[in-house]
Amino acid sequence: MLKVRIIPCLDVKDGRVVKGVKFLDLRDAGDPVEAARAYDAAGADELCFLDITASHEDRGILLDVVSRTAAECFMPLTVGGGVRSVADIRRLLLAGADKVSINTAAVNDRGFVREAAAKFGDQCIVVAIDAKRVSGEGEPDRWEIFTHGGRKPTGLDAIAFAREVVSLGAGELLVTSMDRDGTRSGYDLALVRAISDAVPVPVVASGGVGNLDDLVAGVREGRASAVLAASIFHFGEHTIGAAKRHMAAAGIPVRITP
Amino acid sequence: MSVAIVDYGSGNLNSAAKAFERAAREAGATGPITVTSDPDLVRRADRIVLPGVGAFADCRRGLDAVAGMTDAIREGAIDRGRPFLGICVGMQLMATRGLEHETTAGFDWIRGDVRAVQPSDPSLKIPHMGWNTLHPQQDHALLDGLELGPDGQHAYFVHSYALQAEDMDDVVACASYGGAVTALVARDNLAGTQFHPEKSQALGLRLITNFLHWSP
Repeated sequence: MLKVRIIPCLDVKDGRVVKGVKFLDLRDAGDPVEAARAYDAAGADELCFLDITASHEDRGILLDVVSRTAAECFMPLTVGGGVRSVADIRRLLLAGADKVSINTAAVNDRGFVREAAAKFGDQCIVVAIDAKRVSGEGEPDRWEIFTHGGRKPTGLDAIAFAREVVSLGAGELLVTSMDRDGTRSGYDLALVRAISDAVPVPVVASGGVGNLDDLVAGVREGRASAVLAASIFHFGEHTIGAAKRHMAAAGIPVRITP
Repeated sequence: MSVAIVDYGSGNLNSAAKAFERAAREAGATGPITVTSDPDLVRRADRIVLPGVGAFADCRRGLDAVAGMTDAIREGAIDRGRPFLGICVGMQLMATRGLEHETTAGFDWIRGDVRAVQPSDPSLKIPHMGWNTLHPQQDHALLDGLELGPDGQHAYFVHSYALQAEDMDDVVACASYGGAVTALVARDNLAGTQFHPEKSQALGLRLITNFLHWSP
């Protein structure tokens, strides 16, 4: 039976984990490779690196991080942040990424999704959808795509955008609620569910996890195929193992590793 | 023992190479593990590994674009009988035909077609992406020491098409995803996994170790 994936996400800037990973007695809490190794050992089902390096010139540092991680962690690795060209994708895949997540570039040029999927296969093209609820009280739910960390509206309807990028070849969608991100108040379950029901590909729920019940709700109510979280794992509140046991107890199929 | 991992421009071979190096160290196997696009190295290798990601037709075209490579693989695996392992689309290429987007000839080592995965439950997502258990259909040296069945270890899958073998004797293990999905095929010295052993942590490393020890 296919299991629901739990994916810790590490924000990486200039080759360092932003805010650090404060658990598991890492010698260097800011080293993404060491954090990756720890999550690998802890039974994470996949890892996600989100590069928030400001300048394009520093991208070589990320490639080195990806390459050193892939040399030690025999598990799937998704890398996103600042991916704008076929050459960017090729470099990440050659460094050892299995999937590449595209965000702003997909909003700006839908043809890029088609080109990337045709070149590298649907299975390695993830489109990251950052959405905010724009419907008012009492109106039918509506979400809009935002870029620039949720600051810039695009006028694009999130559900229609999701359908479109999947028709162009996106093999997975990473759906982040910009209303919930960082709030610890749980995923925007209506958003995750609306997108998951609209597309045939797997959807990863992201943004807002505050406790382990949020992970359960992401799957049960959001119908996500995978759940992504950052701070609840990085700061040692919950281990990957505890998250899996909690989900298993709620009847969700997860991969329990020894 | 030399292992040639065939490089024909399909995806990342770095993690495959690293996983084989780790497994070889643990197996006490010596000899070079080489990622190569040189047909001569492939022809002479003691073990041949053919990875592949993307679409069947693209992989076939990519392989054929390397002058002499398809012949070298056949000479090594068929004429010289060297153990061969196909991974993901590399495994699918062992089939008679691929039907992804267009009809493309495979090696025809495992009779059957590569068709779209169509789960009986329409709510199941495609690609079949993530960790799934393996259900053995027969004994095989590549399964030695693996924990199989619904409570066993997991393998990492990511694919939308799967090999439907005509002869069930060629199918060593399946995964369950709204029906049986071919996970591991083998015939004589030829084997292939739909899942990615190089991404499947403990199960994957053990399977690679088994492949390095395999004397069909």
